[in-house]
Amino acid sequence: MTQPLSDGDLTRRSFLERVATTGAQTFIFGGLFVTTALMRLPQDATPGTTPAKRKKRAPEVIYGFVVDTTKCIGCGSCVRACKAENNVPDGFCRTWVEEYTFYPNGEVVVNSPKGGENGFPDDAPDRNQPAEIGQLPSRGFFVPKLCNHCIDTPCIQVCPVGASYKTPEGVVLVDPQRCVGCGYCVQACPFGSRFLNPETNTADKCTWCYHRITKGLKPACVECCPAEARIFGNVNDPNSEISRILATNRVQVLKSYLGTNPRTRYIGLDSDVI
Amino acid sequence: MHHYITEGYVLPNQAHIYWTTMIVLYPYITGIVAGAFIISSLYHVFGKEELKPVSRFAMLMALAFLLFATLPLLTHLGHPERALNIMFTPNLTSAMAGFGFIYTTYLFILAVEIWLLYRTDIVYLSTNAKSAPMRTLYWMLALGVMDVSEKAKALDRRVMLVLAAIGIPAACGLHGYVGFLFGAIKANPWWASPLMPVIFLLSAIVSGIAMVLVCYVGVQWRKKRPVDAACTQSLMEYAWYFLIVDVALEMLELINHAYMANHDWVILKELLSTRLFVSMFVFQVLIGSVIPFFLLGAAIVFKDRIAASTRQTIGFVSGLFLLVQVLAMRWNVVMGGQMFSKSFRGFLDFHVDFLGREGLLAAGALFALPFVALYVFSRILPLWGSIATFPTGWLKADAGPPSPSTH
Repeated sequence: MTQPLSDGDLTRRSFLERVATTGAQTFIFGGLFVTTALMRLPQDATPGTTPAKRKKRAPEVIYGFVVDTTKCIGCGSCVRACKAENNVPDGFCRTWVEEYTFYPNGEVVVNSPKGGENGFPDDAPDRNQPAEIGQLPSRGFFVPKLCNHCIDTPCIQVCPVGASYKTPEGVVLVDPQRCVGCGYCVQACPFGSRFLNPETNTADKCTWCYHRITKGLKPACVECCPAEARIFGNVNDPNSEISRILATNRVQVLKSYLGTNPRTRYIGLDSDVI
Repeated sequence: MHHYITEGYVLPNQAHIYWTTMIVLYPYITGIVAGAFIISSLYHVFGKEELKPVSRFAMLMALAFLLFATLPLLTHLGHPERALNIMFTPNLTSAMAGFGFIYTTYLFILAVEIWLLYRTDIVYLSTNAKSAPMRTLYWMLALGVMDVSEKAKALDRRVMLVLAAIGIPAACGLHGYVGFLFGAIKANPWWASPLMPVIFLLSAIVSGIAMVLVCYVGVQWRKKRPVDAACTQSLMEYAWYFLIVDVALEMLELINHAYMANHDWVILKELLSTRLFVSMFVFQVLIGSVIPFFLLGAAIVFKDRIAASTRQTIGFVSGLFLLVQVLAMRWNVVMGGQMFSKSFRGFLDFHVDFLGREGLLAAGALFALPFVALYVFSRILPLWGSIATFPTGWLKADAGPPSPSTH
């Protein structure tokens, strides 16, 4: 280390040496601080994802959602129920239903007119048609979609002000009082589950009807589904219906290659469903 | 709210494009900041004497653009009144949360550096400016430091050197960070790429050099003053060099996408051959890259056979093309990433409005603001030189001829 300098012998060299030393120290300790801070960020509370050394009491309730695409009849009740329950603005959906139609020539046509709100009438405006009109489809099915409430959420990760957050039960929510409306989370969500609400100018999304589920009710879409294609419940309770279904079915998630770990899982997902 | 024309299957919540002209302008403006600062540093830190004529101007240009870098972000926020939450309650995992801190640090470095650069002039003008209000203004700008002895000036230079040395990584950090904002979004295959920060940084440098070149030559022509041939030649050489590296990486990224041909290439190929074709291959590649590459190349390779005045014209024109290149690149990244749906089965058309909050008029007006700031700066501080080059009419009649500054 250089000796303390009197005013007179502050040469360029020693001055730069001092600046360099201080800079290097700041860089090293700052780097250590940031790395430590990042490593200590709250992890998800699900058993198995919590690092072993951080003993954290497992929460009693972790919600999960299963969509059984083999049961969905495409009636759109869930979309209507969601819109009514959550006051979803026109042109946006917290949940929607996609219709997949396959043709013998290998073509796949996907439709979701108004998010499937009114079902799937053949004369819906802007309906996508196969290139070769008149050919008969070989098979088809419906896929209801909603927020996946991912365990490793890209949307919460990017929110600059911490307005997006996860509840202890694993539900991903937005605090409209804090959201600045930058739209970064909308860009970061791989599933198109988020939108900017034109009435509040803040990010909006499916909450799994948090206001209902915390009172012991089911989400509106689950409540209204006539085909029991939507199953919601506590995955930490081994006796719940969802635990039984998860234990006895092969389930998949959307875009698993992105590693977001969705809590919304699907039965009967086809590889053409993106 | 816009309803866009869609084709194929677009996810219901994606029938809207949220990031438009303002988010195209934001990286464009910050890029010019980074590039101009680096040009200034080439003189101040690396002693590239030939860049002296533009070294002060480039520094003030960086400040003028930096002052308005946040404005396009503010205008597009749903709740601009909460903008400062980004610094009050930052979310540490968010790249965007870093913006407030990176921006403030950089603004501070730049402001201090400019103050030190002009301190001698400010002190001189605080007693010798023509009008009393101006003398008061300079007296305030001096911040009470009236010591302009050789010893004090030597200390100024040392601190400036250190600040410039910190400023270069800060400038790179500021713009590399802007690229990271897009490059780290795994949901979007057109954005997600570790090359994104590098490409953003290099194109930033290109745009900054081009803007300094165009403004310098343009102002000298307008004022009927001689253009410094060595300075413009040097700017052209740097512009050429950074253009080559920048375009090489941009094209490599594209070729990499095409060659890997992942599941997302189907939609990207369609995007590039339809909605992005003109802005990508005509504006960014042909007009913005190929033409200036040959123009600048000719002016550099055949330097001895082309008259200096012709080379300056080539520099001016190439500079304009380079500014188009970088703007087109920003457009293609920001808009291109939103013209296809995350269903990977549908597209959205986007047409810029003339009026409206994110229309052409608003974007143009916003982009004019840094130039207004530069004009204001030019009324207070000499853009192109030091005390020795004060324009007539700045000084009191009884003030003697100023001595040349050593800066």
